[in-house]
Amino acid sequence: MSTTTTDVAIIGGGGAGCATALHLAWRKARCVLLERGFVGGQASGVNYGGVRQQGRDPAELPIARRAREIWGRLPELIGTDCEFSVSGHLKLARDHAEEAELVAYAETAREYGIELRVIGRNAIRAEYPWLSDQVVAGSFCADDGQANPRLLCPALARAARRAGADIRENARVSDIARDGDGFVIRTADGNEVRSSILVNAAGAWGGEISARFGEPVPIETIAPNMAVTEPIPYFIKPNLGVCGGNVYCRQIPRGNVILGGGRGEADAVAMRARALPEITLAALRRAVALVPRLASATIIRTWTGIEGYLPDDIPVVGPSRTTPGLFHAFGFSGHGFAIGPAIGAIMSELVLDGRSTTPIGALTIDRFGGCDKVGELPDRARSRNH
Amino acid sequence: MSAAPPPVIVGAGPAGVRAASVLVAAGLRPIVIDEAPASGGQIYRRAPAGFMRGAAVYGSEAAKATAIHRTFDSLVDRIDYRPQTTVWNLRPGRLYTVRDGVCDELTFGDIVLATGAMDRIVPIPGWTIPGVYALGGAQISLKAQGCVVGARTAFVGTGPLLWLVAYQYLKAGGTVAAVVDTTPFATKARQLFGLLRGGKTFINGLRYVATLRLKGVRITEGAIPVTIVGSTHVTALRWREASGREGSVDCDAVAIGFGLKPESQLADLAGVAMRWNDGQRVWEAARDRDGRTAVEGVYLAGDGSAIAGADAAEIDGALAAYALLADRRVTVPEAAVAELRTRRARLTRFREALDAAFPFPAALAAATADDTLVCRCEAVNAGELRAAARDLDAREVNRAKAFSRVGMGRCQGRVCGPVAVEILAAALGMPTQALGALRAQPPIKPLPMTAAVRLAAE
Amino acid sequence: MSATPAQFRRVAETARPRVAITIDGAPASALAGDTVLTALLVNGRRVRHSDFGDGPRAGFCLMGACQDCWVWTEAGERLRACTTYVADGLAIRTTPEAP
Repeated sequence: MSTTTTDVAIIGGGGAGCATALHLAWRKARCVLLERGFVGGQASGVNYGGVRQQGRDPAELPIARRAREIWGRLPELIGTDCEFSVSGHLKLARDHAEEAELVAYAETAREYGIELRVIGRNAIRAEYPWLSDQVVAGSFCADDGQANPRLLCPALARAARRAGADIRENARVSDIARDGDGFVIRTADGNEVRSSILVNAAGAWGGEISARFGEPVPIETIAPNMAVTEPIPYFIKPNLGVCGGNVYCRQIPRGNVILGGGRGEADAVAMRARALPEITLAALRRAVALVPRLASATIIRTWTGIEGYLPDDIPVVGPSRTTPGLFHAFGFSGHGFAIGPAIGAIMSELVLDGRSTTPIGALTIDRFGGCDKVGELPDRARSRNH
Repeated sequence: MSAAPPPVIVGAGPAGVRAASVLVAAGLRPIVIDEAPASGGQIYRRAPAGFMRGAAVYGSEAAKATAIHRTFDSLVDRIDYRPQTTVWNLRPGRLYTVRDGVCDELTFGDIVLATGAMDRIVPIPGWTIPGVYALGGAQISLKAQGCVVGARTAFVGTGPLLWLVAYQYLKAGGTVAAVVDTTPFATKARQLFGLLRGGKTFINGLRYVATLRLKGVRITEGAIPVTIVGSTHVTALRWREASGREGSVDCDAVAIGFGLKPESQLADLAGVAMRWNDGQRVWEAARDRDGRTAVEGVYLAGDGSAIAGADAAEIDGALAAYALLADRRVTVPEAAVAELRTRRARLTRFREALDAAFPFPAALAAATADDTLVCRCEAVNAGELRAAARDLDAREVNRAKAFSRVGMGRCQGRVCGPVAVEILAAALGMPTQALGALRAQPPIKPLPMTAAVRLAAE
Repeated sequence: MSATPAQFRRVAETARPRVAITIDGAPASALAGDTVLTALLVNGRRVRHSDFGDGPRAGFCLMGACQDCWVWTEAGERLRACTTYVADGLAIRTTPEAP
């Protein structure tokens, strides 16, 4: 039993939480991060590993650009590259409506300083002869890439520790209370953390915390359904996605092809998630339809983890509207891995400077108007992808 | 009559066959799924059609093998038998299989997992060179293929199987280059009293050792394997004698085995908790003496849950089937069950003596040299594993897997898992069981993409 | 006498009918009832190469557990050599199709 007094308490050891601890520690703020399991144990550690700007909601693009810059400097910043490689990201169209979508998106991305190259049917066949006839066009972002999700959070956490942050694993939060202008957080092991600032980086469980402070959100628990092949000769250089997102795959130079598509089974209360075999089989069929050569590989592992989705597929990032000193960064809706490193920078600015140098206005928690049911949501908070 | 789906038995070795027999006798028609083309499991594996030697290949166990085969053959019309079928995934109430390259699924209510065992290995430098085989595999090659694994085979490891297979190679006309047992004679001698419980099994063991000595086979006990020499194939085995002297023998094959370990992946996927067996230093799926688990409808039998040998597996299979029936409120013969439990308890005591007589050399495993491969699937060596432990703070085996890729390959850590935990524990100064068990992740055996494309019609 | 050194030696059950197969395009002979692994290792000393360049591999557990003996057919199908039986005309590849 101990009580620790600190400047900032962070709940959640995913990418957002670990990066926040790191950036705060770099700026000499005292912080304690509380993670119920191991850092990177859920969405941040078990995701696909894509590091892309292409295809994101414009609201996320400035963050994605900032994150990309950090990804490129990981070795100097945290002493390891987390297997990040600039492989490019190729998004594929399988019909003409999707091709038009790619062309339109390239225009949008340009406004944010992101250059995409749209590739037509003949050119894409020449450039990527291993793609099937299903593909009619593609859009290539040379600056995007991929990394190993198992490595990022532990590496951020180690760097944060070295910089002075107090990172606690196996520290499950059992109670959060307001104490004057500050917060008292108790963990199941009987310890107590007192802080003037609280950062809610609790991923799929972030909605529980925001609701406790009168800011419910319609968060849903989802598990991305992932699979990986045995090592096969390296031929898929870019990280591959499709319009609609029902399959995605990438190959690492040691040979394994990582692929996903569809959702597994997740239970945020029981802390259990499993890949579903039917979903896996469907994803494998789609992957083979896209890249026929994959048919002669075997699948050696499937997995998933728990992830929080918001109905408009973008996270909540910003200050609480009810509680001074409380900041949110959760609900990354299946694409938080790549932007996590920048979220830490943004949160440290919000906490220490009162404002973020990266625009985050569209990610405010009050866009849900206090609704925790999708049916009652204002239009602006509904999905834009469907 | 109940509308419950038929019980499923996975595995047609001695445990699976006895379980099927009891269920059929109770009027049920179980589904029996087995990866092999014919029943018998690994221990009583049947030779393919056209082989002539018959039951002689089972040596002293011929009568038991024949009995198991006959029992199964008499059941075939009363069960739904699905040979050459691999279970690649299991979820509550649902099994996912692949057969002839086609995926299929089935619903189940109750299931008996009789998934058997595989060899336990301690990596010796050079153990991935062609010509190095698992000891049980070397025996299967002889039994079911009529082949020895090399022109001159050295046997290294520990356990009764080491001596048995060397003896069988000799009898079959193979050349046994040496038997290198890591257990000192004194350790075995101390268990004499317990080993005597084994009766005929123990006597046979003594006979194998005596025959090997009589035929002039080079034998050493209490030795430490040093290296397997070769590049494109094995050319020699080197070891250090208990006296400290170096030993070496020319050979073109090495059979390695340090006992057996359970194939517990399906039990793990079924949600059965894993427990640490300190005597065998291995994780096994938790069950009671009748094979019941904490997961309703899931029963375990045989070496797939706890290594105790084929005789125990037969009893386990019957007990698990009786437990399943009792839980379905079918009356079971109490006296027969009680007698099975008594016989099983006796075999457990014999097994404990065997475990003590041929202990898993945990220190040898923990001392695996930095540049020796631990995980042959992902080519992870002991040094990389130690680095994950020390530099990346991997204090749990699945964490070490995530960081180093140990146990992440095609075999899912079946081969390297028990060694990896010993190396990690020693590097971190933790008790081995504190590292936890490697979690099974589906598919428990590689699933060809072509099979996923070709789904069987429902 | 085979020209290529073999890893496995037949010590029994040699009266079975012959089966014609190919290994990496070269004709080879096996016996009915041989596993693909046996067929490869009575004809040579290698089943596949390690995926990571640490040398040739020739199977290990021989009972379908270690997964170290997966090979290809010429048609691109996958076979686990130790649990698959040869058939007349089987065309085995010990290396993956080049990308």
